Amino acid sequence: MMLDWLPPTLIGVLLVLAGIGAVRRMNLWRAGQAEKVDILAGLLAMPKRYLHDLHHVVDRDKYISRTHVATGGGFVLAMVLVVFVHLFGIDSKILAWALLAALVMMFCGALFVYKRRLNPPSRLSKGPWMRLPKSLLTFSITFFVLTLPAAGVLPEGFGGWLLTLVLSALILMSLSEMLFGMTWGGPMKHAFAGALHLALHRRPERFGGGRSTGLKPAVLGETSHGVAKPTDFKWNQLLGFDACVQCGRCEAVCPAFAAGQPLNPKKLIQDMVVGFAGGTDENYAGSPYPNVEVGNAKGAPNQIITDGLIHPDTLWSCTTCRACVEECPMMIEHVDAIVDMRRFLTLEKGDTPNKGAQVLENIIATDNPNGYSPASRTHWTADQNLNLMKDVKQADVLFWVSDGAFDMRSQRILRAFVKLMKAANVDVAILGDEELDSGDVARRLGDDATFQSLAKRNLATLSKYQFNKIVTTDPHAFHCLKNEYGDFGSDALQNVEVLHHTTFLNQLVKDGRLQLDTFKGGKVTYHDPCYLGRYNGEYEAPRELLASLGIEVAEMERSGYRSRCCGGGGGAPITDIPSERRIADMRMEDVISTGADMVAVGCQQCTAMLEGVVEPRPVVKDIAEILAGQLIDRQSIEETH
Amino acid sequence: MLPNINVVSLVSVGRHPQSGRARRAEQDGRAVELGLNLAGNTLTVVHAGNAQEPVLRQYAGMGLPSLTVLAQESDCDALPALVSFLKDKHIDVVLTGVRAESGESSGMLPYLLAEQLGWPLVPRVAEILNIKEGEAEVLLALPRGQRRAVIVKLPFIASVDNAAQEARQTAFGPGLRADFKVLTLERVVDEAASQWQINIAKPRPKRLKVVKAKTAADRMKAATAKPVGGGGKIMKDETAAEKAQAIFDLLLEEKVVR
Repeated sequence: MMLDWLPPTLIGVLLVLAGIGAVRRMNLWRAGQAEKVDILAGLLAMPKRYLHDLHHVVDRDKYISRTHVATGGGFVLAMVLVVFVHLFGIDSKILAWALLAALVMMFCGALFVYKRRLNPPSRLSKGPWMRLPKSLLTFSITFFVLTLPAAGVLPEGFGGWLLTLVLSALILMSLSEMLFGMTWGGPMKHAFAGALHLALHRRPERFGGGRSTGLKPAVLGETSHGVAKPTDFKWNQLLGFDACVQCGRCEAVCPAFAAGQPLNPKKLIQDMVVGFAGGTDENYAGSPYPNVEVGNAKGAPNQIITDGLIHPDTLWSCTTCRACVEECPMMIEHVDAIVDMRRFLTLEKGDTPNKGAQVLENIIATDNPNGYSPASRTHWTADQNLNLMKDVKQADVLFWVSDGAFDMRSQRILRAFVKLMKAANVDVAILGDEELDSGDVARRLGDDATFQSLAKRNLATLSKYQFNKIVTTDPHAFHCLKNEYGDFGSDALQNVEVLHHTTFLNQLVKDGRLQLDTFKGGKVTYHDPCYLGRYNGEYEAPRELLASLGIEVAEMERSGYRSRCCGGGGGAPITDIPSERRIADMRMEDVISTGADMVAVGCQQCTAMLEGVVEPRPVVKDIAEILAGQLIDRQSIEETH
Repeated sequence: MLPNINVVSLVSVGRHPQSGRARRAEQDGRAVELGLNLAGNTLTVVHAGNAQEPVLRQYAGMGLPSLTVLAQESDCDALPALVSFLKDKHIDVVLTGVRAESGESSGMLPYLLAEQLGWPLVPRVAEILNIKEGEAEVLLALPRGQRRAVIVKLPFIASVDNAAQEARQTAFGPGLRADFKVLTLERVVDEAASQWQINIAKPRPKRLKVVKAKTAADRMKAATAKPVGGGGKIMKDETAAEKAQAIFDLLLEEKVVR
């Protein structure tokens, strides 16, 4: 009995089935909204994006990055060679030996995958993912044996029909996982969808070390706003959800998940997949949303997402800290998706929880979230003798005060910053009552109509005046001005440097324009604000400033790009979704564990959140305040001489 | 929600106390909320004024499919327009705010409407519990969270107190898409108002609050106790003429009539 035809046939059939699956899957993505993507350029750039950008993120965990290189690289090479050697039957010893080498490499990698799965961390999904290492091992062993005759190690026809039959069964098992599963929704889907997602990413600027963090503006005036149904996402957003490898790195860094709020970024992305593919979440085998049972969520491409797939509280738990996005090896955009869905809830359903409605109403009626009189915006400057742009028309630096102007704690930061600018003789002016809320809160709460109205009015004001730099102490306003105001067709900020006050102060210190005394107030740690760090990549200036005071920062375990959110972003304090622990308390525990006496911050929001933690706790101070405290007043020194 | 009840909520352009900017008026928003809870989608919301006013979209954003505007200029009197719209329409309930946040803000509109239509007026409503068999059971809001249940015959006009349920969040999308039915009526200029000179009111200086209470219990009492009217008198057994005389004397004493 000759069964030589069986292995190639199986390979061929499974390849065809994989092809059919691929087309079906692509059609699921195509149900999304149109979005212009340079497909050819993307596909050409894909290998580099994979090898450089994706690997860069995966490499934060050396164990899995090496494992993945061996397994993934070995598999791709082996699969290509399998097609030549076994499907087309090309008789070449070189190819066969190359195939054997690739399989050995893959086998070694698969062993480490297997080891990882022996006692997997809680962030990893179980279920079908647990059988993946076995499939990988089976694949490599099976094809190794199958290739031995072609390489000339074993004689042709070795083992007879019995071995061929056994090998065929193993081929069926492993290729079902590796090829069929890849396009029909198995764990290997991440390779297929992931590769295309990298090629057709909605934010291609992120590759090659770039940064793209500004939210995309909502189109206003259509028949609906925001994302109601899975098909309301852009098609490449749907593709992005499918790329998820369920590694749970997002889950591990998510502050809302840690606080026990009903959000788990990994589950959210899987629910999106359930949404556009249709079905339920009963096959999901990872950590659930805290305190929410898995198996009850149902979704369909044209079903409203918040009607049965995702509870709105899940969407409102997000602080938009971007820790998940930063950590995602597949570069999935969780925050974009969450805000897209929030837009529907706010703009269409009028259902922003807790204080949301009131805050939005205040912003609309008074241009600040707390409904203060717009005429009281400059009250804090009564004793500051600051120039108003309205009077001077031009200045070197425009100081964007932000809504901290209404808050007495934030005013201390503003005053400290003004004191420093005066000491450095900076030519500065403020907008005064002409300044409006930056729109950050409105936008994160999903009210893009109000955000856009504020942005346009602010830009109109800015365009009236001449200035070289715009500096703000509020990283949220900084982010809006720098990354989001550009979408509204104004040249008000063209050729203008938008700076956070720590960056600006660092320049002043480096130029020798500020005389600072050494700080002797004990141990200091630094908390990276999300909107300064992850959103804008500014990790160095605050640390350099602290170093200029002779402070050696006692770094927290989670600092820099891994900094944990204070809980104050994304309107989270306003929507206030119930949790088991407060995010700010957890962050303060991080601070305390360094043994620091003081935590330096570069954001009034973070200051408010961290100071809200009950005492005893380390002192919370903005870097401007610390600097102002160490300022050597040149004038008074000159007077005494 | 009650079926077959014809409810009309009247809305005006409010004014934010801090910014002075136009907004959805606090009490009118509550009138729409109460109307929506009573009649759902069949609620008619009417504004007499400028149909281009963007604030109207904020009312519409509460989920109104349409909004009726009786188009008129700012120097016109809203009353005749509203009367001619409301009469002969088989309306059961008309809801208004207690007083407008802009314009004359006299709080007279519901009274004048009731007078001209000949309907009863229920002032300061907190809740409408029930409407059946031509009668409505209404809770009036009294000071300090007290309520009084009254029964009133349909049709009636009710002014909605701040104690009524807060207006729901307004949503941008539905507000934008709502259909405005603009009706042009005969123009009646408010002659009296056109003679007035209007100045910006200055806030009165506040009287310093002297805390007399020594203990927490005293403060609690001061905060919760009912104001005790000293001069009140209950007349039950007297004749109608005596009761009328007492009322007349009081009006004279208070200089309501001279």
